[in-house]
Amino acid sequence: MDITELTVHELQEKIEKKELTIKDIMQAYIDKIDEKEKDVQAFVTELKDEAKKQAEEIQDKIDKGEIKGKLAGIPIGIKDNICTKGIKTTCSSHMLENFISPYNATVMEKINEQNMINLGKLNMDEFAMGGSTEYSYFKKTKNPWNLNKVPGGSSGGSAAAVSANMVPWALGSDTGGSIRQPASFCGVVGLKPTYGLVSRYGLVAFASSLDQIGPIAKDVEDTAILLNIISGHDKKDTTSANIEKKDYTLNLKKDIKGKKIGVPKEFFGEGINLEVKESLENAIQTYKNLGAEIEEFSLDIAQYSLATYYIIACAEASSNLGRFDGIRYGYRAKDFKNLKELYTKSRSEGFGAEVKRRIILGTYVLSSGYYDAYYKKAQQVRTLVMNEFNKAFEKYDVILTPTSPTVAFDIGSKSNNPLEMYLADICTVSVNIAGLPGISIPCGIDKQGMPIGMQLVGNKFEEDKLLNIAYAFEQAIQFRKNYKPNFIK
Amino acid sequence: MNDYEVIIGLEVHAELSTKTKIFCSCPTSFGAEPNTHTCPICMAMPGALPVLNEKVVEYAVKAGLATNCEISKNSKNDRKNYFYPDLPKSYQISQYDKPLCEHGYVEIDTKEGKKKIRLLRIHIEEDAGKLNHDEFAGGSLVDLNRAGVPLIEIVSEPDLRSSEEAEQYLKKLKSILEYIEVSDCKMQEGSLRADVNVSVRKKGDTKFGTRTEMKNMNSFRSIVRAIEYEANRQIDVLEDGGTIEQETRRWDEVSGKTFSMRDKEDAEDYRYFPEPDLVAIKLSDEYIENIRKNLPELPESRKERYLNEYHLSEKDSNIISSSKYLADLFEQATKICNNAKAVNNWIISDISRILNETETEPIEIPFDSNQLAKLVILIDKGVISSSIGKKVLVELFENPRDPEEIIKEKGWIQISDEGAIKEIVMKILEENPQSVSDYKAGKDKALGFLVGQAMKQTKGKANPKMLNEMFIEELKK
Repeated sequence: MDITELTVHELQEKIEKKELTIKDIMQAYIDKIDEKEKDVQAFVTELKDEAKKQAEEIQDKIDKGEIKGKLAGIPIGIKDNICTKGIKTTCSSHMLENFISPYNATVMEKINEQNMINLGKLNMDEFAMGGSTEYSYFKKTKNPWNLNKVPGGSSGGSAAAVSANMVPWALGSDTGGSIRQPASFCGVVGLKPTYGLVSRYGLVAFASSLDQIGPIAKDVEDTAILLNIISGHDKKDTTSANIEKKDYTLNLKKDIKGKKIGVPKEFFGEGINLEVKESLENAIQTYKNLGAEIEEFSLDIAQYSLATYYIIACAEASSNLGRFDGIRYGYRAKDFKNLKELYTKSRSEGFGAEVKRRIILGTYVLSSGYYDAYYKKAQQVRTLVMNEFNKAFEKYDVILTPTSPTVAFDIGSKSNNPLEMYLADICTVSVNIAGLPGISIPCGIDKQGMPIGMQLVGNKFEEDKLLNIAYAFEQAIQFRKNYKPNFIK
Repeated sequence: MNDYEVIIGLEVHAELSTKTKIFCSCPTSFGAEPNTHTCPICMAMPGALPVLNEKVVEYAVKAGLATNCEISKNSKNDRKNYFYPDLPKSYQISQYDKPLCEHGYVEIDTKEGKKKIRLLRIHIEEDAGKLNHDEFAGGSLVDLNRAGVPLIEIVSEPDLRSSEEAEQYLKKLKSILEYIEVSDCKMQEGSLRADVNVSVRKKGDTKFGTRTEMKNMNSFRSIVRAIEYEANRQIDVLEDGGTIEQETRRWDEVSGKTFSMRDKEDAEDYRYFPEPDLVAIKLSDEYIENIRKNLPELPESRKERYLNEYHLSEKDSNIISSSKYLADLFEQATKICNNAKAVNNWIISDISRILNETETEPIEIPFDSNQLAKLVILIDKGVISSSIGKKVLVELFENPRDPEEIIKEKGWIQISDEGAIKEIVMKILEENPQSVSDYKAGKDKALGFLVGQAMKQTKGKANPKMLNEMFIEELKK
C-alpha cells in the first residue's frame, strides 16, 4: 500500500485502527517528496526535517494521551503567500526571498491548534499573479500528469504537490481562480470559499476584496474536513463574516435527487475547447442520472466579468504592493543616491514583469481623470454581476461550468502573451467578483490524458450544499480510481 | 494694501486621545523608545489587516456634534496612496467622499461681533510615523510609534478674513476639543497642527484668488505670522503685475518668510479608493443621540454662566471659559471657598502670568482646585496677607502641597497679635522721626512709607490692616 495514495479521511481511519502511526505517514510523505520533487518542483521551502521531528513529538504526545484530535500529526502544504511565523514567506518573489514573518496567519493558528504538521511552503505565481506558476521567481512547477505542462496557477505548487501525493492536502488562495484552475489542471479538488468565510489575516494581500484562502485536496470529503478547520469569524479581519460555524461534512453524503443545477450557456460558447465541452456534457448527463434537474440559462453579464476583474484586482494590487518599498523588510537595491532611487530601484529589481504590469495597470485605473471610467465603472458592473447571480440562485441550487476553457497548456506557450493568459481565467473570475463559493472537481481526461475540471458555483455561505452536490458526482464517476498522474517526461 | 481682502481656510489635525491606535491595539502614548509601540499591523507587515477602533468613531462623532455638524450614518474609509518612509503601508487610511461629519460651524468673537466659521467636514484618519534625520550619519531613521495614532482632520470653509480671526478660530476649536476630552491638543507635541491655506483678492471681488498652502504648522504664533507674511507677499506679487502660483510653501520661523516647496505640477495624485480591508461605518440614530446627550457643557455655555451667575467681566469669562482646565479650576475652587471674585482674580492675574512666563498650558498646572481654594480661605481669614499669598502660589507651582503646610513650614503666618503689632509700630516710629513729622505736617504719603517699613521688617507677615490702624492711632497721639 502506498500511504500517500490515501485521502486524509482514509488516513484517519487507519490511525484509529492503529494500522498506521503519525511517524509512518510522515515518512511516506518525506520519501515521496524525495522521489518526486526533483521532477515536479512544487516547494519553495521544504520542511522535511522539522516535520519529521514534529511527527515524533506529536506521536509521543498521542501515545501519552496528552493530545487527541483527529487531525493531529496530519501533514499539510501551505501556499507561500500565507504567513508562517519563523518560516520564510516569499510569495515566490525576489522581493520577499528572505522574508520571515514575525506572526502566523489566522489559518496557520487554526492548523497549529489541530497539531497538523506543515511539510513545506508551496510555489506560486509571484504574489499570486498568474495562471501557470511560471511567474515564480524561483522555479517553474511542473504538472504531475505531464511534466511538460504547467500545473496552472497561481496555487500551482499546492495543486501539483497534492496531485503528486507529496502532501495529502494543501492551502491555496484564490483571487480570480487561483485555487480552482490549478486544481482542474492537476486533477484534484479545489474550493474557493465564499468571500468572508475564511479569515484573510496573514494572507499577503493581492486584491483584498477578492482574495480567499481555501483547501486543495484529493477529494471532496477532505475538502470539507479542511474547510471545517479554516473557516470561521476572525476579529482580526473585519471582512470575515460573523456567522454561525457549520460542519461541512454533515450533509456531504445526502441524496441530491431534485436538486436544481443551472448551466449558463455563455460559459460553453466560443473559446471553450471541444474536449472540455464534451466532458462537461457528460458530467451534465451524470447529474441527470443522479436525479438532479438541469436547466440551461443565460448569465449575460458574465462577459464583462473579466474586464471588471482585471480593473478591480489590479487597482487593489497597486495599492497593496506599495508596502514593498525596501524600507522595513524585503529586497532593497544595493546602490541608490536618494530616496526616490531607493524606491524605484528596489521595486524595479524586486518585482517580476507580471507584477509590475499589474501595478502599472492598477495605478492607471485609479489615476485622477480615469477613476470614473475604470474603477468606478468596474464597481458598478460588479454590483450587476452580483445581482445576476442572486437572481440565478433564486432558481438553482448550484451553477455548473467548466473550470477553465482548456486543459493544462505547455510550459512557455503563454507566458509571453499576458492577454491569452488572462483569458484562461474567464470561467472563474466572475465567482470572485460576486464573492461566491466555487469548487473545481475532476470530471474526465482529454485524449492526451490531461485532466479536465468542472466548476460548481454555490450561493453565498452555502458551501454545505455545494460540497454535497460535488460529492455525489465524485462518487458517481470515481475519477481517482480510474486515473492517476503518470509524470510523463 | 487696504484694497485687498485676505481669505484663509484651515485644515486642523488633532490627535485623538484614545488609549490605543486607530487600527491596532498598540498604545498611543507619546515619548516612548522608537518602534516600541508597534506591531505587524502598524508596521505594515505583509498580510496584516486593520481593525477600526470604535472609540475613534465615537470621539470623531463627539467632535462633530460639538461643532454643530451633521453626522453621517453611512460612512467609509478610503486609501490615500503615496510613498514616504514614515508611511509604512504606502497608503494612509483616511476618508475621502464620505466623511463622518459635515456642514458644521464654530462661533468666534470678532471686532464686528460674533461670526460663524463654517466647517466643511471632519474625518478620521491615521497619523504617520516620524523620521529622524540627525541621529544616524548613514541616513535617516524611521520611528513608527506614531504610525496609526488616530487623527481627526477638521476642514474649515474659507471664511476667515484675518490672522486674528484665524487665531480666534484655532483657539476656539482647541478649547472645544479639550472640553469634550477627545484630544489633549498639546501643540508642542504635535497633537494639534494645521495646514493653512491663504489667498488674497481685491475687496468687492466675488471670485477667490489662487491659494497657497503651508503645511503642519504647530504654534498659534507661527500661524499668525505666516498668514501675515504670506498675505503681504501675495499682495506684493499682484501689485507688481505678477500671478500667484498654486503651491505648497514652507514657513521658516527664523527668517519669518515662506518659501516655495512644490508647485501644482508636482502635486501628487493620491489615487483615493475605498479601503477594501474595512467594512463600511454604519451608525444608528440611537448611537448618535446617545453621544449628543452625553456631551459635556461647552465653553460658550460656561461663559454665559460666568457672566450671569458669578458676575465676572466679559473679558474674564472669556479667558476662564476658553480652557476647560481653567474653567474647572475656577468652578471647583469657588465651590469650596465661596469667593468667586478672589478665585477669578488669582486665575486671571497671577496664575495666567506664571503660565505665560513659563510657557505652560493650563492643563499642566500642578496644583488642584482644593489647594487654590485653601489659599483664598487663608487670605479671607486673615491668616496670611495677599502678598504672602503670592509667595504661596509660587510654592504651589514649584512643589504643590497644602497651603497651610507651606505657611507653617516657611513661617509665613500673619502677625495679628495686637501687642506684637504695637511693638513693631513703636519701633518704626522711633526709627523714622522725619516721616512722623511729615505726616503731622499733612503729608499722608508718609503713612504708606511707615507701613511699608513695618512690612519689610516683618517680611510681609504683619497684618496690614492692623498696622494701618495702629499707625494712625499712634500718630494722632
